[in-house]
Amino acid sequence: MIPNLADLAVQGAQMALVLAAAPLVTGLVRKVKARLMRRRGPPLLQIYRDLARLLRKEAVVADNASWLFRAVPFLVFAATWVAAALVPTFATGLTFSWSADLIAIVALLGSARFFLALAGMDVGTSFGGIGASREVMIATIAEPAFIMTVFTLALVAGSTQLSTVAAAMATGEVGLRVSLGLALIALVMVAVAENGRVPVDNPATHLELTMVHEAMVLEYSGRHLAMIELAASLKLTLYLSLVACVFVPWGLAGPGSGALAHLIGLAAWAGKLAVAAVLLGLFETSVAKMRVFRVPDFLGAALMLGLLATLLLFVSRSL
Amino acid sequence: MSATVAALLCPAALLCPAALLAIAALTVVANRGLGADRARWLVYGGAMLVCIAAFGVALVALISSARADGQAADMVLPLGLPGIGARFALDGLSAVFLAVVGLGGAAASLYGLGYGRHEHEPFRVLPFYPAFLAGMMLVPLAADAFTFLVSWEFMSLASWALVLAHHRVPENRRAATVYIVMAAGGTFALLFAFALLAGPAGGFAFAAMRAVPPDAVTAGVVLALALVGAGSKAGLVPLHVWLPLAHPAAPSHVSALMSGVMTKIAVYGFLRLVFDLAGPPAWWWGVPVLVAGGVTAAVGVLTALMQTDIKRLLACSTIENIGLIFAGLGLALAFAANGMAAAAALALTAALFHVVNHALFKSALFFGAGAVLTATGTRELDRLGGLIHRMPVTALAVLVACVAISALPPLNGFASEWLLFQAILLSPELPQWGLKLAVPAVGALLALSVALAAACFVRFYGIAFLGRPRSDEAATAREVDRFSLSAMLGLAGLCVLAGVLPGLVIDLLAPAAAGLVGAAMPPQGGLAWLSIVPIAESRSSYNGLLVLVFIAVSALGTAVVVHRLAGSAVRRAPAWDCGFPNADPATQYTASSFAQPIRRVFAGAIFMVRESVEMPPPGDLSPARFRLDLSDPIWERGYLGLAGLVGRMADFANRLQTLTIRQYLSLVFLSLVALLVVLAVWR
Repeated sequence: MIPNLADLAVQGAQMALVLAAAPLVTGLVRKVKARLMRRRGPPLLQIYRDLARLLRKEAVVADNASWLFRAVPFLVFAATWVAAALVPTFATGLTFSWSADLIAIVALLGSARFFLALAGMDVGTSFGGIGASREVMIATIAEPAFIMTVFTLALVAGSTQLSTVAAAMATGEVGLRVSLGLALIALVMVAVAENGRVPVDNPATHLELTMVHEAMVLEYSGRHLAMIELAASLKLTLYLSLVACVFVPWGLAGPGSGALAHLIGLAAWAGKLAVAAVLLGLFETSVAKMRVFRVPDFLGAALMLGLLATLLLFVSRSL
Repeated sequence: MSATVAALLCPAALLCPAALLAIAALTVVANRGLGADRARWLVYGGAMLVCIAAFGVALVALISSARADGQAADMVLPLGLPGIGARFALDGLSAVFLAVVGLGGAAASLYGLGYGRHEHEPFRVLPFYPAFLAGMMLVPLAADAFTFLVSWEFMSLASWALVLAHHRVPENRRAATVYIVMAAGGTFALLFAFALLAGPAGGFAFAAMRAVPPDAVTAGVVLALALVGAGSKAGLVPLHVWLPLAHPAAPSHVSALMSGVMTKIAVYGFLRLVFDLAGPPAWWWGVPVLVAGGVTAAVGVLTALMQTDIKRLLACSTIENIGLIFAGLGLALAFAANGMAAAAALALTAALFHVVNHALFKSALFFGAGAVLTATGTRELDRLGGLIHRMPVTALAVLVACVAISALPPLNGFASEWLLFQAILLSPELPQWGLKLAVPAVGALLALSVALAAACFVRFYGIAFLGRPRSDEAATAREVDRFSLSAMLGLAGLCVLAGVLPGLVIDLLAPAAAGLVGAAMPPQGGLAWLSIVPIAESRSSYNGLLVLVFIAVSALGTAVVVHRLAGSAVRRAPAWDCGFPNADPATQYTASSFAQPIRRVFAGAIFMVRESVEMPPPGDLSPARFRLDLSDPIWERGYLGLAGLVGRMADFANRLQTLTIRQYLSLVFLSLVALLVVLAVWR
């Protein structure tokens, strides 16, 4: 388990790469949505400029904000980044993947959400409260649905280690299964909800009564806001990479494979992310946002699908 | 050398409750002559030292029996029934629970040193406090049914007296009545269970019961009685109704002991009866325990989400955690019945780990609630707010405990829940269909409960400690004394420690698991980087220490880089709030408005909720009013229904008391005939 230098390099490259690529993915989704609405849309790199601009600005903090308010952006960013670093993007043999498994990744994202919801309530405004309250309501159904998906994957692959799961999926022995299909649908629904995308939440809105995530972070500005935006981008990339590495694991470089395999893996990952971003943009433009109290029905369906997939595997290992 | 140590452990452990009883007696005898201040030092200082000693003894027992695996011999003392004596023993299971009592008791005593100063009638608390602790230590040490039941009742009665400490509040009197009725019912069930196990020969020492396992039907009845008897003490749904009433009524450090430790003694009672004494389990035993655990977890956390009293909220969340523990025990029973000893050890260790964890964070949370109560004089969430500014140290300790109880990495709550999920993932190997269908459903319930618990503690912390003060008391709150603070910070530190070094705790729990299911989890202490690997490395592993280091390094590193490169200017300004300046603190979200979405989605299933809005007619300037009626059908229909039934039967029996002599004579004749018929049929 003592890591050697090459593995460390792969792990480090992966962490840096995810961080660097995350805003681009968000930018691509925005661009696709804009083009589908026959707008030109901001350039792909605009989001990097926005982040740089936010970082340079002074942070305006409410008079009665506590230390928690100022610590949370960094905590949220760190928890999301660590979770993202554990998801195989272009190579499976991640050095530190044994330090936390898929259940821990779910819980790390849960930690980020916990602190963000607390920060929403710190200043004591009604918008912070509404955002935090709705966010935790969504999470109380999305998280068990996610856990059920994790159970399904773990039962199919015989492990909760994401690297092992991805490697098992890539072998082709798993094949097409009903349970995996159900788990894929459930996971996508969870991803849509957790990232605050249409139809659950609208990342572009600032209309008070329809927003969830944006209401929670309403009081943030400057570098704090930049960290939160970056964490949101990271989370989107994490979910897309997760779906990609489990359900379309082709092209992933195995542990100890050469530079060429890693290059292929990189290209494959970029391709998968691009396809996923385009699909997400397409999906978001084609549906309308739901009322808040329709969301539990939507996510309840995801929970039931996840439970059904797990049940199928308890009934028969080959379903 | 180790043999002499082992022989000395049980007497050493017994000295602790004896010392506590001596303190209690001394307090009663000296009473007011001692003065409240000196009595406080005597009781809490003495109890703290004794509890630390008990913890030390338990730790030595766990470490030594981890190496030399030997069954501890019973120690017979000439106490109790004349000529028979009382038996005591300290095995792995007892040692785990003795350690929990020691740890929880030491922290509560330290806290009591400061908190007890605010007690109006200290002598209603002081004598009972060490007696309560002594009862909780004696239960795990008892090695025969009589000693067990006497200690159990002693523990119940001492805690009942503590619930009545503030007896002038009518609610507390009601809580105490409900508590004593439920406790008596539970002990009644345990009495039957032990009587069945002792059999006609009356071998009521645990060793004798172990030697003669009961037949299948008797064992099944014992399981049911243990679920009722221990479950009512632990707070299994639907026997949980006394818990949210009685736990908050006691002084806060006693609440912490009742919630964090006494419910664990109930878990011990269940383990001793079902895993140890009732013989080899049948496959179906796991099903009722699993289902009870899953339902308890979900109902408990939903009830907690609806509460607006902080101590009641914490008591309800205890019900949830008891559910998680019992779900682990159910899994362990199912695995053990099917001969999967390693998996059973994993599930059992997960449950025991959660026992330890819950004792740590729930005690810390109750201490925090007590501190809030001292500082503001109120337990109502809707009168709090902004305490993080006024009580920074309490706020920090409570935040750590909230993160831990919400099962978020890298703290200890996550570690035990992770083990529990790993155990669930082993259960497709179980051959029986009943279990194959029950386990995933219960798994989903547990996942739901964990997510709801996080929501519950966002609400608790966000309303009480964050935001702006909702009352003058909250706005002028002052930080509490140093004893209370050190107790809270100590427990918060232990939460972090148990979270980043879960392997150490798992290794300490190994003797208990080995004694009950015949196997223990593989030793974790020697693994590289202190990670934990429950089954095999390719299957799953978790390293709390590395997760903590990763998060800390990336958070601090990012903060440093951002501040260095992008500037660290901060401007304080009024809150933005979409442009509403200086809104009243009443415009903040309240405890019930925060819970409203969750109430709408989930609570309809288990509560009777009625929301109504009274809108004034157009032109009328009176304010609109929102009314929320929430009632618990288990209490309204179940318990009150039962009480009504008893009342109606009493009314009916009452009529028998005003009959004529003729009617009495005919009644006597009829009962004689009936008895003779019974006798004839019986023969």
